[in-house]
Amino acid sequence: MAKITEVRFHGRGGQGVVTASRLLANAAILEGKWIQAFPEFGPERAGAPIKGYTRIGDEKFTIKSAIYTPDVVAVIDPTLPRLVPVTEGLKEGGIVVINTPQTPEAIKSELNVQGTVAAVNATNIALETIGRPIANTAILGALVKVTDLVKLDSIIEALLEIFKGGVGQKNVDAIKRSYEEVKVA
Amino acid sequence: MAKAKTLGMMGDFAVAEAAKLCNPDVIAAYPITPQTIIVERLSEFVAEGELDCEYICVESEHSAMSACFGASAAGARVFTASASQGLALMVEIVYIVASARFPVVMAIADRALSGPINIHCDHSDAMLARDSGWIMLFTEDCQEAYDTTIQSFKIAEDKRVSLPVMPCLDGFVLTHSIEPVTTLPIDDEETLDGFLPIRDPLYKLDIEAPIAQGLLALPEFFMEIKRGQQEAHLKSIDVIKDVIQDFGDRWGRYYPVVEPYRMDDAEVAVITIGSATGTARVAVDVLREEGKKVGLVKLRCFRPFPEKDLQAALKNVQAIGVCDRAISFGATGPAYADVAGALYGRGPLLKNFIIGLGGKDITIDTFRTIYDKLYADLAKGEVEERVEWIGIRE
Amino acid sequence: MTIQDEYRKKGWKDLPPGGIVDRPATALEYKTGTWRAFRPIRNKDKKICQNPENCLICWALCPDAAIKRVEPNELEFDMDYCKGCGVCALECPLKAIEMEQEE
Repeated sequence: MAKITEVRFHGRGGQGVVTASRLLANAAILEGKWIQAFPEFGPERAGAPIKGYTRIGDEKFTIKSAIYTPDVVAVIDPTLPRLVPVTEGLKEGGIVVINTPQTPEAIKSELNVQGTVAAVNATNIALETIGRPIANTAILGALVKVTDLVKLDSIIEALLEIFKGGVGQKNVDAIKRSYEEVKVA
Repeated sequence: MAKAKTLGMMGDFAVAEAAKLCNPDVIAAYPITPQTIIVERLSEFVAEGELDCEYICVESEHSAMSACFGASAAGARVFTASASQGLALMVEIVYIVASARFPVVMAIADRALSGPINIHCDHSDAMLARDSGWIMLFTEDCQEAYDTTIQSFKIAEDKRVSLPVMPCLDGFVLTHSIEPVTTLPIDDEETLDGFLPIRDPLYKLDIEAPIAQGLLALPEFFMEIKRGQQEAHLKSIDVIKDVIQDFGDRWGRYYPVVEPYRMDDAEVAVITIGSATGTARVAVDVLREEGKKVGLVKLRCFRPFPEKDLQAALKNVQAIGVCDRAISFGATGPAYADVAGALYGRGPLLKNFIIGLGGKDITIDTFRTIYDKLYADLAKGEVEERVEWIGIRE
Repeated sequence: MTIQDEYRKKGWKDLPPGGIVDRPATALEYKTGTWRAFRPIRNKDKKICQNPENCLICWALCPDAAIKRVEPNELEFDMDYCKGCGVCALECPLKAIEMEQEE
């Protein structure tokens, strides 16, 4: 059976969770992979915790159910782990990519993660590159570095298809910085 | 030479792109979740000059279908979309469009009928209209939603058919999920390289050749007219198959009206409709690895009901679970009833499983449970519980 | 033979599709004038209405369009379709129309 990687994004409404899941999917399509990207469908309001999902496979897959046991969890909002069980269902040996000012070791013990934790201060990077605390693109750089799901160039190309001009370039800077600055434990 | 492009598209986007490609003359639509993106996207195409079309923003779905009726009567190619409560609101006109033999194409973003209010996927809305005389095609993924929308126009406008068509795609699971969709490489956009010529109406309102249309028919005539409508609907299956073949020969993707998966030596099978098929395929593979001889039959064309094709696909199997994403209260799921009618007098044990109402997720485990129950009844040699609901808290 | 007579001879296979009637103006086949109990008489005994083209109120209001304008300045009441409703007599500003019982 085809190997599928399942990614779950956590964030709050308005933080670009869905966009992040789509950018990852679009990057994978550029590499000829098969994808699926969808949000958790519920009543939406800004600030409410929400989830976005992406599936990536080397060949076509047909599954249409929600994702219950992700291989990768990406947390865009650092306030969420206290409120939401962000590691629920994470596969053994799975990877957590988290936007946090803390060290990966601290997160690893706080969330009791057996697998890998990748920590990056995406909010900071976003403020310094884009000028706003929207960390969804910044987290993608770290995710790509740690999971190797798609190439950095693919995620940049996918981003520039949607975000043009100066805004696009700033987001590219955010991705590149988090790619460099992410720390792993 | 135009090239096919593979892009990540939500089901709703895919339907909008497909409808745009088919160049409708009139779109009259009212938004309702989860179809809103289809009609919004089309309105953007019109506003940006990419689609030359009369776009009528109506005040309700009832008005939408009424406007579609009028436009189709004048000979236009008409497209619209709806779901759930919207379909329910317009349904009296839906029946009339079919009886008038107008080839309107309406995408349905399958969503549960209230109450309680629920915006998520099930087939109760499409099933509400199953007796209306529209051709109904259910799609499994975003690619099929794109392809089926295009096929719908050709099927509808074939003069041997001249019936309206509903391409159905599951709400949220397909409408709002991005999947890779490969577009058609078209050079001649006016006729899609000859696949879809300009509409030549069976009849139309024309000052040069006046007719009377939309009439009263007393008992002396009503039933005869309806018999004619049924004949056209039953015969449409041959045109549907021709269009499926033509589309596949041109662009490489074939979608049979009934599609068996690993059925050759299957002892036990499920029948699925819509996106649940995608998950069921994986369940079949998982269980086959465990040594169980299971298979599935995807029911793509629901109306006309492909009785003969279904009988052929199920002829060797010993137990069948029909998976309905809708319930006819006081009786069984709707597809089960049609399948039971088609299989009456033939061998296999037949059960009905109600799954995924109101967006309840359908997983591999859902199908594992279903297959286990079928095997259990097979071992007993009889069906104890004819209808079982899967996935709810007891 | 009316359209109804023609269609009732046809089986379901031969009726036109979509429940249409495949030609216009079949309503003319129904001589609704046979329903009449009263008939309108214009200008009985005296020529009150001399310039109908200057008025045309009866023509405009007849619910059956049974009053016809005849060139250059005359009116004709079509008894095939006049149902004797009396609206023309009621509305005529000159009281030039009287309703008389049919024999």
